[in-house]
Amino acid sequence: MTTVVPAQPRFGTAQILFGLSVAILVIVVAVPVLLIFFNAFWVNGAFNVIDVVRVLSQHETYQALLNSLILASGVTVTGTIVGTFFAWLVTRTDLPFKGTMKVLFLVPFMLPSFIGALAWKMLLSPRSGYINRMFMDVFGLDGPVFDIYTYGGIILVETMYLFPFVFIQVAGALERMDPTLEESARISGADLFTITRKITIPLVMPSILSGSLLIMLYSMAHFGTVAVLGIEVGIYNIPTLIYEKIHQSAGSFASIRTGTVLASVLVVTAAFIMWLQNKVLSRGRYQIIAGKSFRPTQLKLRGLRIPLLVFCIAYIGITIVLPTATIFMVGALKTYGLPFTVENMTLYNYKFILFDWQLTRDAIRNSVSLGFVAALITMFAGVIISYVIVKMKVRGKGILEFLGMLPFSVPGSVIALGVILAWSGKFGINIYNTVWIILVAYIARYMAFSLKANSAALEQVHDSLVEAARASGATMWQALKDIVVPLVRPGMLAAFFLIFLPALRELTVSVLLYGPTTRTIGVAIYTLNEDGETVYSAALAGIALIIIVFGESVIKRLFKVARRG
Amino acid sequence: MADVRIAGLEKRYADHVVLSGLDLTVADGECFTLLGPSGCGKTVLLRLIAGFEAPGAGTIAIGDAMVADAVAETMIPPNERGLGMVFQDYAVWPHMNVADNVSYPLKLAEVPVPERRARTQAAVEMVGLGGLEARLPSELSGGQQQRVALARAFVSEPQLLLLDEPLNNLDANLREEMRFEIKALQKKLGVTVFYVTHDQEIALGISDRLAVMDDTGRLRQIGTPEEIYERPADAFVLSFLGVSNFLPLMKGDDGWLAGKQRVPWTGASPALDGDAACAGFRPSDVVLSRDGAGLDGRVQRASFLGSTMDYLIDVAGTPVRAALPSHECLEKGLMFAEGESCRISLADVHWFPEGQAESTR
Repeated sequence: MTTVVPAQPRFGTAQILFGLSVAILVIVVAVPVLLIFFNAFWVNGAFNVIDVVRVLSQHETYQALLNSLILASGVTVTGTIVGTFFAWLVTRTDLPFKGTMKVLFLVPFMLPSFIGALAWKMLLSPRSGYINRMFMDVFGLDGPVFDIYTYGGIILVETMYLFPFVFIQVAGALERMDPTLEESARISGADLFTITRKITIPLVMPSILSGSLLIMLYSMAHFGTVAVLGIEVGIYNIPTLIYEKIHQSAGSFASIRTGTVLASVLVVTAAFIMWLQNKVLSRGRYQIIAGKSFRPTQLKLRGLRIPLLVFCIAYIGITIVLPTATIFMVGALKTYGLPFTVENMTLYNYKFILFDWQLTRDAIRNSVSLGFVAALITMFAGVIISYVIVKMKVRGKGILEFLGMLPFSVPGSVIALGVILAWSGKFGINIYNTVWIILVAYIARYMAFSLKANSAALEQVHDSLVEAARASGATMWQALKDIVVPLVRPGMLAAFFLIFLPALRELTVSVLLYGPTTRTIGVAIYTLNEDGETVYSAALAGIALIIIVFGESVIKRLFKVARRG
Repeated sequence: MADVRIAGLEKRYADHVVLSGLDLTVADGECFTLLGPSGCGKTVLLRLIAGFEAPGAGTIAIGDAMVADAVAETMIPPNERGLGMVFQDYAVWPHMNVADNVSYPLKLAEVPVPERRARTQAAVEMVGLGGLEARLPSELSGGQQQRVALARAFVSEPQLLLLDEPLNNLDANLREEMRFEIKALQKKLGVTVFYVTHDQEIALGISDRLAVMDDTGRLRQIGTPEEIYERPADAFVLSFLGVSNFLPLMKGDDGWLAGKQRVPWTGASPALDGDAACAGFRPSDVVLSRDGAGLDGRVQRASFLGSTMDYLIDVAGTPVRAALPSHECLEKGLMFAEGESCRISLADVHWFPEGQAESTR
């Protein structure tokens, strides 16, 4: 008992972990973002705002900004209405099969929206869309019933896949809301309409707003749907224009500058939306007191019960079943455009892309290995950074907290552009056109997920649990190994799958970074469709859907077991 | 087993001084309680002893070892201080079952498996959890988790047991029961116990000696429970150990005057110099009568609490609480109604300098 150690180690484990965390975030996220701003505002060795304004006022860029705004606003409005309505329906009414409906309304979260867009293109493109053709053939119409290559079409498709953001938040709020708040209003003599207007809606408003801001954020920066449905008719938003600039003009200075200016706008907008969302949530927090939920007052739908159930089933059928079935059916066609009859169908396409075609086999291999490695690295990096942020008392932690917020507000296309600027030889390392640049971008893109899952898990580990171990005779490392790591493991596992699954179907980042041999599944589906290989594109999309659904169900089972144990 | 010697201890966070110039000695094998209001710094002192915090000045010695010395920059980490500790929130590890929780300190001490098993079993049974070894903490009640924490703290036979408000989150009956059990355990094992609490009842009931700490982190009095209860060093100590009354006195032309309205004082003169003083006394030291000797009072509130009658009496403009055994009130006709007048005198008075009582509010 005579060990003597300095009272305040100046350079210990804490400082090493802190330095490491800062380094990871700076290299992976901060440098790319800074380079984008630098390239946008720094012209010929001088700070230049006028030139930024010039770029923004060019017709093309101006139109893209406007389109992003129109599309994002449209999707936000429709998505909020749809999400709030269904959330209310499954929590506050006596709709039959509410539980099942609730699960089904979350399925769109699982499905990649660009695959959905692809399916809708096959169904509703003005000339060759199956539905449009059917109507023209059967009813002898001259033109299409609905043209999906329009603002309305894009908004519709995005709404189908983004409304769960609002649905999840509002359903959660309505379930957690203390029913006595409404009951006391009822006792005070208010009727149901007044209660809804004066009590319920104000109480769930923060959740509605926060969900719709998430839709806005996502839609602003969304690439896939607009790329599939808009580019053909000249509708560009910010991410698709960045893609067009970088890709078609092979990295000329002017196009990169336009890209960085657009990306800067996107970062600032995203940061603003994030800030707004935090504001809304922190203000709304006191309002929904998570009391033990009893049974909230349910509205009796009476005569509307069955019609509304039919409506829900129809909605799910049209938005989930129909596009998914279309993908698999088209993927099985001998040639695109043939009618769906048995003699036109074959499984050859699936066999071909899975086993014979180098391009698609590469894509599947690339996506699986990239997703796995990115998830693994990001999971460990995330746990270290979260540990420093949540648990450690180190000087300068504010910097780390700020850096840790950064990944949340940097959209995919911005990250892609940033890593191109950072890793294509400017700083001595050129990994452009290799899988490594995609890996770096994935790590940056998914860091936010990892930080979120890991800090949530770490916040559950109360300091006294570690101190109890220390008092029992454990060293710092023993306490970490025996107490912290086992308790955080579910969070780490969650982080892993939260990254692995989306990475499997990633498009926005990889489409800007892929090279001849580094296509990912998303890129392969997208480019095959662009090249008119619709059937193969659909078949690969079908396989991607199977992998995703399989992965999701494995995780669900895994977490059920983990929670029980 | 070991004693704890603390000298000239200081702890500050940025500009906020929590403890300063603190001296305290806990004898070997003693059950020592640190009693003080919430947020007074008593937990900080406990954490300094445990080694979770380093002192800004001063020294802490446990047994033969100097565990913390600000000047020599000695800071032995908690795991090498030979401690057992029970936390306010129990800190039972949720991913380990009862047996694993309790045996963890032995595992760290590399006690051979057969012995480890036997000692764990003995500890589990000593806290009355035999048969629940395989349960997870989530399957235990609060009181049972508390017992796990206690067994874990003493299983490795530490030289010093630190307890941080361990009974706070328990209900009244369980709290009382656990209090007796901790005391019994301490006697049986002969371990030195340092117990931190804001609950005067526990402090008086469990300790060999106790120290009373005020809001500024100063120790007001150290002594046995009887000494502290019977001879409080100042008004703070008196007021912290249960309900207390303070009656201001001033010297007038013809002797002492009591209360805000300055009525002639009928008791013994203050055992203090000066022209003003403060009489401190407990409700149980108030003697009531209908028209005997003493000061005039008016009963403002009368509450029947079963074994006692609780009165709030206005004495010359100062509110005074009185507690009398109910049977005595019944026998002697002292069941006052609200608004009735009475006479009060005091069986026991502690004299404090004027103004000290205000500082306790």
